[in-house]
This record gives sequence, structure tokens and C-alpha cells, in this order.
Amino acid sequence: MADLSVNICGIESPNPFWLASAPPTNTGEQVMRGFDAGWGGAVWKTLGEPIVNVDSRFGAVDYSGTKVIGFNNIELITDRPLDANFKEIYEVKKQYPDNVVIVSLMVESKEEWREIIKRSEDAGADGLELNFGCPHGMCERGMGSAVGEEPKVLQEITSWAKEFSSVPVFVKLSPNVIDIRDPGIAAVKGGCDGISLINTIKSIIGVDLDTLVPKPSVGKESTHGGYCGPAIKPIALHMAAVLAKDPQINVPISGIGGISNWQDAAEFLALGATTIQVCTAVMHYGYRIVDDMIDGLNNYLNEKGMRSTSELTGQAIPGFVEWGELDLNYDLIAKIDADKCIGCGLCYVACLDGAHQCIHTQKGPCHAWHGKPDHGFGPRTEVKPAVWHDGGDTAMSHVPFVDEEECIGCNLCMLVCPVPDCITMEEVSQTKVKESWADRVAKSRT
Amino acid sequence: MNDDTSSKLTISPDRLEKKFADYKPLYTESEALIEANRCLNCYDAPCISACPTGIDIPAFIKKIATGNIIGSAKVIFEANMLGYSTGRVCPVEDLCVGACVYNDLNYSPIQIGRLQRYATEKALEKEVSTGKKLFPRNSRKSEKKVALIGAGPASLACAAYLALDGVEAVIFEKDGLPGGLNTMAVAPYKFQTEDSINEANWILQHGVELKTGIEIGKDISLEQLIDEYDAVFIGIGLGTDSRLDLPGSDGPGVWGATDLIRQIKNNPDFSLPEDLNTALVIGGGNTAIDISRELAMLGAEDVRMLYRRSRKEMRGYDHEIVGASHYGVRLVENVTPLEVVRHGKKVKALKVSSTISDDTFELPCDWVVEAVGQLKHVSDVSPEIEVDEMGRLIVDSETRRTAHPKVYAGGDCINGGKEVVNAAQDGREAAFDMLKSWGISPSLHGKKYFKSFFTYNGH
Ligand SMILES: Cc1cc2nc3c(=O)[nH]c(=O)nc-3n(C[C@H](O)[C@H](O)[C@H](O)COP(=O)(O)OP(=O)(O)OC[C@H]3O[C@@H](n4cnc5c(N)ncnc54)[C@H](O)[C@@H]3O)c2cc1C
Ligand SMILES: Cc1cc2nc3c(=O)[nH]c(=O)nc-3n(C[C@H](O)[C@H](O)[C@H](O)COP(=O)(O)O)c2cc1C
Ligand code: SF4
Ligand code: SF4
Ligand code: SF4
Repeated sequence: MADLSVNICGIESPNPFWLASAPPTNTGEQVMRGFDAGWGGAVWKTLGEPIVNVDSRFGAVDYSGTKVIGFNNIELITDRPLDANFKEIYEVKKQYPDNVVIVSLMVESKEEWREIIKRSEDAGADGLELNFGCPHGMCERGMGSAVGEEPKVLQEITSWAKEFSSVPVFVKLSPNVIDIRDPGIAAVKGGCDGISLINTIKSIIGVDLDTLVPKPSVGKESTHGGYCGPAIKPIALHMAAVLAKDPQINVPISGIGGISNWQDAAEFLALGATTIQVCTAVMHYGYRIVDDMIDGLNNYLNEKGMRSTSELTGQAIPGFVEWGELDLNYDLIAKIDADKCIGCGLCYVACLDGAHQCIHTQKGPCHAWHGKPDHGFGPRTEVKPAVWHDGGDTAMSHVPFVDEEECIGCNLCMLVCPVPDCITMEEVSQTKVKESWADRVAKSRT
Repeated sequence: MNDDTSSKLTISPDRLEKKFADYKPLYTESEALIEANRCLNCYDAPCISACPTGIDIPAFIKKIATGNIIGSAKVIFEANMLGYSTGRVCPVEDLCVGACVYNDLNYSPIQIGRLQRYATEKALEKEVSTGKKLFPRNSRKSEKKVALIGAGPASLACAAYLALDGVEAVIFEKDGLPGGLNTMAVAPYKFQTEDSINEANWILQHGVELKTGIEIGKDISLEQLIDEYDAVFIGIGLGTDSRLDLPGSDGPGVWGATDLIRQIKNNPDFSLPEDLNTALVIGGGNTAIDISRELAMLGAEDVRMLYRRSRKEMRGYDHEIVGASHYGVRLVENVTPLEVVRHGKKVKALKVSSTISDDTFELPCDWVVEAVGQLKHVSDVSPEIEVDEMGRLIVDSETRRTAHPKVYAGGDCINGGKEVVNAAQDGREAAFDMLKSWGISPSLHGKKYFKSFFTYNGH
């Protein structure tokens, strides 16, 4: 068993899996069930002056029959009295001293920050998370992403929090900025101990085509919300990696955004996160998903020969470089495994219409006109089929082949092929000597 | 499906056929969405090439997935105006579904027939509820008129494409009901008489005229039609059951298969005798399998098919044989019938001999059903029409035109007995050739008419 425990800003957590500040951490009863299921920590649903929520609040994107690949909400911070929240935080910490409770906060004036931080610490919070991310409702009152999108204000409020707090302070960033380094660096300058990212992305989840009201509708109207769930993972991964790579960001990162399983989590860790947080996947499937996250990460670390989570953290960062540093001499071509191919033609049409017109069928549409096996535009070189099946009118005569001279190694065919490992990309580099664009520019200068 | 302007053809609801449950019921919306989303949307998909009418299957399936039911049904009907019945009666295991790429992945293939039924049935429901026609009647009228003989699938398809382009299409049917074997013969767990009549009514509402109770060759001659119309389409199917004329076969308890099936499907006064225990069905084709399964499902205790060779050689589809065996139908291989043995009037046994030894024996039974094919009856229409050595009407394989330039033909009468979908394709090809010869470009033809460059021949 690999050691899954982590230490972030001096806080010990039994594993890197935390519940993000959201509905799954609304109440003490929920958080305790989450801990029972195996979650290492929880960031409490954001506290502040209690607000009034609207109905409905959520919307989702389904794709090709898969439910909730993206999720959006127009919910605000906690709508329960502060007293009740603090009482429950106290109770949770008393019963689960080994699990981490971070209290997420969002208030306005310096006095209010002083007051709420004191109460959080009194309740037993292991740390604080300043919610500078919520992109709807709160920002219009000068809070949430209104702060997150304004580095100067963010830095100042962070420094207040640091002044009042004796426990570690995380700043939760909004992704609704041009360059995530701006608020990231401001948070560090403000003295934060850690950065959580990302909060939700401004979005309209859809339009009800019957009523022509955007979704989720509140009567005959709607408003923009915050987008999250599996669809946003690539955006979140990029932002986490950019901060992890930046030398000015010298604090640990808690990665958030679209994490549903151990693989997603491992990717965040590899790109520099120390802990990760989950909201949507838990809202969809419940706390129980953490079981496979723990099990899967453990098995992965064992297979990789890593003894602890911390050995994984940041491993993929050296490989994350600027485009100009990529090797221009690295060449790939696509290979089709004819025995696995089911003849669906998807690689063919993808390459024909969306890539480099270099996959051919033995009886492609224009075969009838040209009397040769190609798509009509003609390969610029003589096509020697890598695989030439019986050539009969069977499903197998649909097996396409790649014109290896013309293939530019873009991956498209491999990505669309429905059969696992049927199309693979093979390295055919002429030289192992790396040469990047940056190298070429440097050379041309000398 | 009905239209107030067309005469509504109906049938009494009390029929034995009604005892059969639909073996592939209409998908619910969620079932349809799950199945539709599973389709890979193959490029130049093998399922299309395997469909005799070349329906653009991935296109209609993906339209189901996006909730575009009207668009989906149109893709189907543009290629096959009988897309509703073929969705329910096609032997898909041997056609589109058998060609689906998922078979090669060892996954269950896409249930194309059921999706096709879903799209067409839902769209036709919508047509009624909204009053908006999928294919509004063409306002432009041509001067041309076509007579069609027989109201089976071949003629219905042909007439529909003609009417949509303003040609006057008149169908002459000797029976009282339209639909041909879709009405009279197709297994009731797939498709029932009302379904077939509804489909025919839907076709008629596009401006097709139906005259029932008129037999061409008897009441009106073919020559007269040729004189009065710009073209004639012959879609007369096959004739009555071929009979073995065994000694003792005259009298109750011995049936021709399609005759018996028609009793079950269409005759409100027909029921099985209480004491029907053993039924022996002679034959190895799909009709033999169908009637065996139907009798077994209706409660006959012991149903056996007798075939003169072994199962390997049977013409019936394997999936149908397996289907019948689930209802307890058994197969007796390598026997040939000799004589019906009666006790008084009642059938007592069938005397058979083995085809692989010299044995002769009696199989006790209550009923004997002969399913040994249907007669060719082209000559009933006119002795002049040219037929091949198998009695099939000879046509040009592209245009379905006979040697007579005004006469076309399609369906079972040219192919000797295939499927509804083949008849539908013949009807369409003939209609298109007529239209083109009159300088009318078929409005449903266009670029949507998908012709695959691959020809699929099965696995
Ligand atoms: C028992 C059985 C089960 C079948 N099951 C299936 C199935 O599950 N799936 C499938 O796809 N196919 C099935 N078939 C085959 C299918 O029904 C036929 O291939 C199809 O109906 C042929 O259509 P058609 O228009 O050529 O002929 P038919 O359907 O035979 O129609 C011919 C019509 O012409 C009329 N007619 C004949 N002579 C004259 C005349 N002289 N004047 C006026 N009218 C005339 C007849 O009354 C009839 O209505 C089955 C066939 C049988 C016998
Ligand atoms: C309904 C809902 C309410 C949320 N409320 C808060 C909140 O009060 N405070 C906060 O910091 N983030 C809040 N978030 C953002 C999540 O904590 C998280 O940053 C975001 O959903 C991305 O993670 P995910 O893709 O795992 O859902 C909320 C998200 C959702 C869906
Ligand atoms: S890798 Fe790109 S260019 Fe090469 S065959 Fe595949 S799709 Fe075409
Ligand atoms: S996408 Fe894959 S399975 Fe489909 S034709 Fe191409 S190689 Fe074969
Ligand atoms: S072959 Fe199967 S998966 Fe491919 S388009 Fe046809 S039904 Fe869909």
C-alpha cells in the first residue's frame, strides 16, 4: 500500500481527496458521511452573510446519451445561518480529528473578515479558503469573482486574512481571467499559504427551445452560471499546471475542476497539485466514488513503483513546455491493425475531411471513377497498401490503409477509431537529434 | 396515419391473430435514445449496403438521437415508402443488422429495425397530431396515369412515388383488402392486419386510388389497361399454395400454409379446434417455420416440421428456426410424406418415408400443413407475358421494365418470393424509371438517394 497521506501547508490529510466547497459540504451530517466514505478532507460550503437562493439552480450538458458531462449552477453561498454552520464544524472536527476541515469564506468589509475568521478558528477549522471565484450573484455585490478578477483587491483581502488568521489560508481562484498567473501571483504577494483552483467558469448551459428561455430557468428568465464537471477538466489542468510551473508561485496547489476518478486526480497531481477537490462528480454519484479513487490511485502508485502521493506530485511538469521548445524532428505515422479493424470508415472520413487525405480504402468512393483505390484527389505518391485484404466485397474490404508518405502524424484517426488499440501512432523520426523552433530562431541569429 | 379524405379500410377486430403479442414492441423514448446513441455513424456504412432499398441508416439513427423524428422518418421514406412495415418485418439479422460493424467487435449490433419502427411510427403519430404532412401532396399534376395490378408492397411503393410527383396512380386489387402478404401472411407477432391496412391507408392519402375486388385477367384484361394508361405495373406476387396432392389429403385437417395463416390473420370466424394436439408441417422454408411457430404459440401441444433433407439444407433463416424452437417446435429431418391416413373423416396420421433409408412409418397427427411454396400465376393476368423457366416474370434488372415498353413489374412475381423490402425497392425503381422516361425528375430521388459504392455481400 502506497502512502496516500499528504501534508499541505502543514495540514496533515489522510489522502489527497477533498470535497470541494459546494452542496456536498453544506452540512455537518453530510461532511461526516463523506469522511466515513473515505474523503480525506472537506472544504465547507462558503460561509458569509446568508443569502436567498433561487429555483431552479442547476443545468447540465448531456452528450450522445451520456448524462452531465458538464454542469452549471446559479447557486450562491450558504443559505443557512452562520451559527448552525459553526456549531456543525465544531462537531465534525471533534468527531473526526484526523480529517481536514477547511472553511470557505466570502464577506465584504475588513471587519467582517476579522469576525468570520475568528469564528472559523474557534470552531476548529484546519485552514481557510477565500472564495474569490464564484462567478455569479456574489460578484455583483463586490465579492467572489469580482475580487478574483481584480488582482489588487485580491492581494489586499488576502493580506487581511493572513493578518487575522493563525491557520493556513488558501485562495480559491476564478478561471474567468485572461492569465491565471495575475491573480495567482497577487495571492502569493498577499501572503497566502496555498492556492485552490479552479472555481466555475461563466456560462450559459443552454436554451430551452420550447420556451426560448436560457437554462436553468427561473420562471421566464435565467442568468449566467458557473460551469463545472468533466468538460472543464482540460481548462482546470492547464491553469493548475501554469501556476505549478511558474517560479513566482511558491505555494502548494489544491487542484479542482472536472475530477471524477483517480485518473483525473493523478493527472492533477502529476501537473503539480498536492491535494485535489471534487464537487460535480459527488453531486452526480455520491460520496462513494472516493472508494475507487483511493483504490485506483494506490494501485497506480504501486505499479509505478512510487511509495507515496508526493512522489507523483509535479512529475509531468518538466514535460509541460512552450510550443517553441517542442522537437520539430519528431515524426509519427498512423498504423492500422487490420485484424482489429471493423471497417466503420470513421478514420477514413476524418482524415479525408478533417486532416490530410491520406487514408484510403481499397474501393473508396472514387475508385469507381478512377479505377484505382483512392479518394479521388489522389495520393501524391504511389500508394502501396500496407494491408491488402482479400479485396472481395466483404466487410473486411472496408479496412482502410494509411499512405505512410503523406501521413502527418496528427492523431486524428486514432482518436476517432472506436476499436481500442486498432490505430496506433508509430515513431518514424529520421534523426534523434532534437531541434525546436526556439533552436532554429537562435541559430538564425548567430 | 389515416386521412379523412381517403376511404378508411378496416377489418373486424375479433381475430385469432390478436392473441399474439408484439415480439419487438415499439421502443420507449429512452430505449430509442440509448440505442441510437450507440450507433457509430459509420462512413459509407456496411449496413446501408446491406439494405435492399439503401436507406441511409446512420443518418436516420443520428436524427433520432438529436430528437429530429420527422427528419429521421423522411430519410427512411425517401428510400423506402414501406419503411414502417419493413422496420417491423424485415429479416434484419440477414440484412442491415447482420452487416453492422458491431458484429465484428463481438458486441450486440445496432437494432436498426426497431429504431426504424420507432422513427416511422412516431413521425406518423406526429403527422396526425399536428396535421402537418411529411410529404404534402404535390400540387403540380402531370398528365400521366399508371395502373398498378395488386395492392401488395411492390405496387404500394411504386404508386406512392408516382403520386408524390403528380402522376395519377390507380391500383387494382382482386382482394377486399390492400397490403398483399403484409396483410395476409406476415407473422402476427411481427405485424398485424390493422398495421398493414394503416400503412396502406397512409400511402393512399398521398393521392393513390385503390379499386378492390377487381381481378386483372378476369374482370379487366391487361391489354385494356395498357391501352388506357401510360404505363402498367404488375405487382401480383405469387399465387395460392402449391399442393402435394397426397392420397387422403382431400378433406378437413389438411391445409395449405398461407391459406391457414390467412385464416388466423384475417378471418374473424376462425378458431383452432379444441382437440388440436399434433400438427405436422411439411416444408423447410420460412413459411413452414412461421406457421409452425404460430400454431405452437396458439397452443398446439406438438408441432413438428418435416423436411426432406437435413437442417443445414433448409431454406428458412437460422434465426427463425431458433425462434420457433423456443416455442417447442421440433424438426424431423430426412422424411418425405406419402399419404394422409384418415379415421373416418378425421386425420389420424401422416405416412412418411425416410429419404436416407428404406423405412416407412406413420406419424400420428391431427393436422397436416403443407408449406411447399406458392404457385406462379403470371399467366392468369395474361398468357402473353414472358416468364423464365421458374415462372418468374422477366424484367430489366435496373429499370424493372418488361419486354413491353409500357409494362413494368416488381416484387415476388419477378423474384420468385423474397421479402417486402425487395418488393418496395422494385416499386421505387420502376416508378423512377417511369418518371424519368416522362421527363419528370423524381422529387424524393435527389442527392439523398444513397447509393453505396461498396456492395455488401454478407460475412
Ligand atoms: C407466410 C409468409 C410470411 C412472410 N413473412 C415475411 C416477413 O416476415 N418479412 C418479409 O419481409 N417478407 C415476408 N414475406 C414475403 C413478403 O410478404 C413478400 O415478399 C411481399 O409481400 C411481396 O410483395 P408483392 O407486392 O410482390 O406481392 P404480394 O404481397 O403477394 O401482393 C400481391 C397482391 O396482388 C394481388 N393480386 C394478385 N393477382 C392479382 C390480379 N390478377 N389482379 C388484381 N390483384 C391481384 C394479391 O391479392 C395481393 O394483394 C412472407 C411471405 C409469406 C408467404
Ligand atoms: C452547485 C454548486 C455550488 C457551488 N458553490 C460553491 C461555493 O459555495 N463556494 C466555492 O468556493 N465554490 C463553489 N462551487 C464550485 C466548486 O467548489 C468547484 O470549484 C467547481 O464546481 C469545479 O469542480 P468540479 O468540476 O469538481 O465540480 C460550487 C459548484 C456547484 C456546482
Ligand atoms: S495521423 Fe492524421 S494525417 Fe495521419 S492518417 Fe491519421 S488522420 Fe491522417
Ligand atoms: S476507425 Fe478504426 S475500426 Fe474504423 S475503419 Fe478506421 S481503423 Fe477500422
Ligand atoms: S454499421 Fe452499425 S454502427 Fe455503423 S452506421 Fe450502421 S448501424 Fe450504425
